[in-house]
Amino acid sequence: MQLNATIIGQTIAFAVFVWFCMKYVWPPITAALLERQKKIAEGLEAADRAQRDLSLAQNKVADELREAKQQSAEIIELANKRANQIVDEAKEKAREEGLRLIAGAKAEIDMEIQRAKEVLRSQVAAIAIAGAEKILESSIDQAANEELIKKLAAEL
Amino acid sequence: MPEYGNATEYIAHHLGFMKYGQKADGSWGIAHSAAEADAMGFWSIHVDSMIMSLLVGVIFMGLFHLVSRRITSGVPGGLQNAVEMIVEMVQSSVKSTFYGRNDLIGPLALTIFCWIFMMNLMDLVPVDWIPLLAQIIAQDNHAYFKAVPTTDVNITAGFALGVFILTIYYSVKVKGLGGFLGEFAFHPFGKWALPLNIIMEVPSFLAKPVSLALRLYGNMFAGEMIFMVIAVIGYAQLPLHFAWAVFHILIITLQAYLFMMLTIVYLNQAHIEPHH
Repeated sequence: MQLNATIIGQTIAFAVFVWFCMKYVWPPITAALLERQKKIAEGLEAADRAQRDLSLAQNKVADELREAKQQSAEIIELANKRANQIVDEAKEKAREEGLRLIAGAKAEIDMEIQRAKEVLRSQVAAIAIAGAEKILESSIDQAANEELIKKLAAEL
Repeated sequence: MPEYGNATEYIAHHLGFMKYGQKADGSWGIAHSAAEADAMGFWSIHVDSMIMSLLVGVIFMGLFHLVSRRITSGVPGGLQNAVEMIVEMVQSSVKSTFYGRNDLIGPLALTIFCWIFMMNLMDLVPVDWIPLLAQIIAQDNHAYFKAVPTTDVNITAGFALGVFILTIYYSVKVKGLGGFLGEFAFHPFGKWALPLNIIMEVPSFLAKPVSLALRLYGNMFAGEMIFMVIAVIGYAQLPLHFAWAVFHILIITLQAYLFMMLTIVYLNQAHIEPHH
């Protein structure tokens, strides 16, 4: 163990290394570490925020879902009511229409009957005359003819 | 490979430095014997210590510089992760111990920890490998070469001297020359016990760098000495060597950490007013 100039050499080398470390090595590494720390902190904060947003959104979704369900239930109820109403209205209309058709048919039938009667009435005379001619051709029997014509007219 | 007469010669040779200085006859050169080395005065230098010290220093600093140049704050790779772990360890040590504001302390602590750790790590390389390599390169079977710089008191004292100078510099800078000297004169017993204060404070101040240097040197020297002793006992050395190396991993890390922590503590003391 003997001290010599090595101590001076080592002290100078030490100073140079510390200077080098201080200038070129330490600052970039610590800066990067600090930056990463910041990044991680930001990342965690963002994750927290996202979590909060997510729970808010979930609440909102649940609310809207509930509201939508309620609305749809109302709509269905309304639709059912309306459908019943329409069915009732249709039934009523159909019944009225039926009655109207029946009345129309009856009127037409009556009209036909009248017309047929008219036609028959108008033809009675001709038939009577024809009958009379036939009778006259054979034997004229006023009483019998009259009876015949009366009968004929009564039948019409 | 050099031949040794006995274990004493082997160990003595492994303890010798490759020393460059002025020889007894006035010429400059590398000492070839222990006597020749001892005859050199202060103005001589341990070439092996300096080479190994600078080599491991450049390796670690180069590695860190490489990482710091392509560093990213995104997902780090393996090497960046390792470097960041060390830097964070140093940073947290500084934060927990150093209360002033000084941009030098972090890099200083990092340099001390890593560099001393790298030097100490040379202790785990089998004791003959590096000296043998040096002998092959030097083409000299008897060249001295010490592989572990921290087993040289000059290297550890070099660190301690650097820290000591910084301590004085920052003490004077923060407290003023009067404040700095006043700490010796008026503490811990007040101004009426001035001589007693000086007698107590000056040695304790001077003991800081001395203890810093000798603690590291003593631990590493003893550790290496045990490796050498183990190396001379034949085949039984293999398990023993392994066991001691495993234990030594703890010592080299601990000593590097201790040196760093004490440096931070001393510089912290330089920055704050003493307690009354």
